[in-house]
Amino acid sequence: MNLYPLARNTLIALLAVAAANAAFGQTPEERGLEIAKEVEARDEGFGDSSSVLTMILRNRHGQEVTRQMKSRALEVADDGDKSMIIFEDPADVKGTALLTFSHKVDDDDQWLYLPALKRVKRISSSNKSGPFMGSEFAYEDLSSQEVEKYTYKYLRDETVDGTDYFVIERFPVDKKSGYTRQVVWIDQDEYRVRKIDFYDRKASHLKTLELEQYQRYLDKYWRPLRMHMVNHQTGKSTVLTWAEYKFRNGFSDSDFNRNSLQKAR
Amino acid sequence: MRALYRRQPWLFLLLLLAGHATPALAEVSGDVGVEARAFFHDPLDSRQHDAGLSIYVAPEFYTDWDDGDQRLVFAPFARLDQHDSERSHIDLREFYWRRSFASAELAIGLRRVFWGVTESRHLVDIINQTDFVENLDGEDKLGQPMISLRLIRDWGNLEFFLMPYFRERTFAGVEGRPRTRFTVDTDSPVFESGAGEKHLDWAVRWNHYIGDFDVGVAHFSGTARDPRFVPRFGGAEPALVPYYDQLEQTSVDLQATKGGWLWKLELASGEQRDQRFTAAVSGFEYTLYGVFESAADLGLIAEYQFDDRGAAATPFNNDIAFGGRLALNDTQSSELLLVTGIDMDNQSRFTSVEGSRRFGQQYKGTLEIRLFSNVAESDLFADLRDDDYLELSFARFF
Repeated sequence: MNLYPLARNTLIALLAVAAANAAFGQTPEERGLEIAKEVEARDEGFGDSSSVLTMILRNRHGQEVTRQMKSRALEVADDGDKSMIIFEDPADVKGTALLTFSHKVDDDDQWLYLPALKRVKRISSSNKSGPFMGSEFAYEDLSSQEVEKYTYKYLRDETVDGTDYFVIERFPVDKKSGYTRQVVWIDQDEYRVRKIDFYDRKASHLKTLELEQYQRYLDKYWRPLRMHMVNHQTGKSTVLTWAEYKFRNGFSDSDFNRNSLQKAR
Repeated sequence: MRALYRRQPWLFLLLLLAGHATPALAEVSGDVGVEARAFFHDPLDSRQHDAGLSIYVAPEFYTDWDDGDQRLVFAPFARLDQHDSERSHIDLREFYWRRSFASAELAIGLRRVFWGVTESRHLVDIINQTDFVENLDGEDKLGQPMISLRLIRDWGNLEFFLMPYFRERTFAGVEGRPRTRFTVDTDSPVFESGAGEKHLDWAVRWNHYIGDFDVGVAHFSGTARDPRFVPRFGGAEPALVPYYDQLEQTSVDLQATKGGWLWKLELASGEQRDQRFTAAVSGFEYTLYGVFESAADLGLIAEYQFDDRGAAATPFNNDIAFGGRLALNDTQSSELLLVTGIDMDNQSRFTSVEGSRRFGQQYKGTLEIRLFSNVAESDLFADLRDDDYLELSFARFF
């Protein structure tokens, strides 16, 4: 009878030692990669999603303009996701739509539909660091986040306001990236990215992104309903908010091609 | 405008029908604007003017039903010009019903369809007639009546078009500018086909993408959208009579997207007036990102145009075009496009500047400059040599 708790405690102690060994046996690079893989693994199997996006662009004087768009995404096994963004506001770009086939390492494939000319235009996706719609988000900030796009380094554990975080550094693989490195805070409970510091090509602190109001969908998939990007060098900021998130819409490849791009509303 | 109804009674009927259908249409968008043009030189014809104003409205109504598988689109267009009675015109840019199936689409009505990849000439883009009174750049198109069927397959899209009615090109009237010295008599066009504008045209196009390549192959059979002109003397004054040949044209359009480089080719070959012809436009656009220590992008464009129908048939027979596209990537979406075309045979030049910027959430201002310089007497642009102009327009989008 008395042996059982002893055995249990011994087992726990042994496991703790094993875990500690495993942890200490890892290089910071391996530990960072492991965390990034876990973040991705927890998002696998979402299938597809749709949402309405509102973007508020704020200049250094506090003046605001608002943009609205619809967003659809389709999970692709063994490659980056397919996505479509349909612009709704401002009115002069209404009906303009962007189709992206993202890839893990190669440049994404992108087509833009221009409703005024009825023209589908294949566009270059090599402009990773360019601003999306005049905002503080670069294209690379909003593209499908694949583990392969970065190399990693675990920095430390950190506790802020009672929440435990992993703090890791990641370094873009793509030479065309606008960043030398990013420092990412990931909460230890659910492996959600909560904050990213971006360092530009001159290695100086460029932007900070905070991901807020996480909601859980299908009892599994966490999505932030608000992202706040501040550019420390210009004083400008952009807030992205999501509404009407829907999963398992039954999307297929035929909802993400050049035909559906022309029909999208 | 009354003349337009007289010539094209079906247009009036469609407008009337559409007017009744409108209340049921769920979504409306579009733009309305005012446009001012100022010409730099005195006109060749004293009845023309140095400057002019016009207003336009271009709404679009659409409704979806059947879970989005059926759509009705109604997009009329109207312009009222201060001086030019031909430029004051209405059109149905789009008025069609479309049914989507699992891997096919059927559309019936007036549609606009764009084919091609190049910037300086839209050689393979042949489905729609150019609304030439709108702009010299040929990017404004009249709605084309058609039945079209698109098959969507793993090996690409295959689309068939049947076009039962021909739309004539629009041309500036007596008081309009820019225009040829003699006006084009759009009331009495001549057709090679005995069926005239009721000739049944058809076309088929396959397009697909393979990795970095986007490719389209098409064939068109029917009335050429580009008229020839036959001078007519006698009557009150000389005029140019538009003559529409029958045309068989096979075309290829190809774009390779390699990093910041877009490599482009449009190739057309066929038969017109019992003669084989070959024409091509080819070149590149290379984009420099983040120029001038800013978020702006600068695209450099160079294209060569060739057409063995010769200088008498087209201004693009042996020309190069080069220019730049500057996008500031600011919240106002400020853009500037400058392109110069040079005729390699006679050194005539045509320069086009287009700039635009958004104001607030709903307004957009546009600047256009068209310049004809060093124009040779023999060039097709010779009559336009004094029609250089600057245009400012301001539009409200809704």
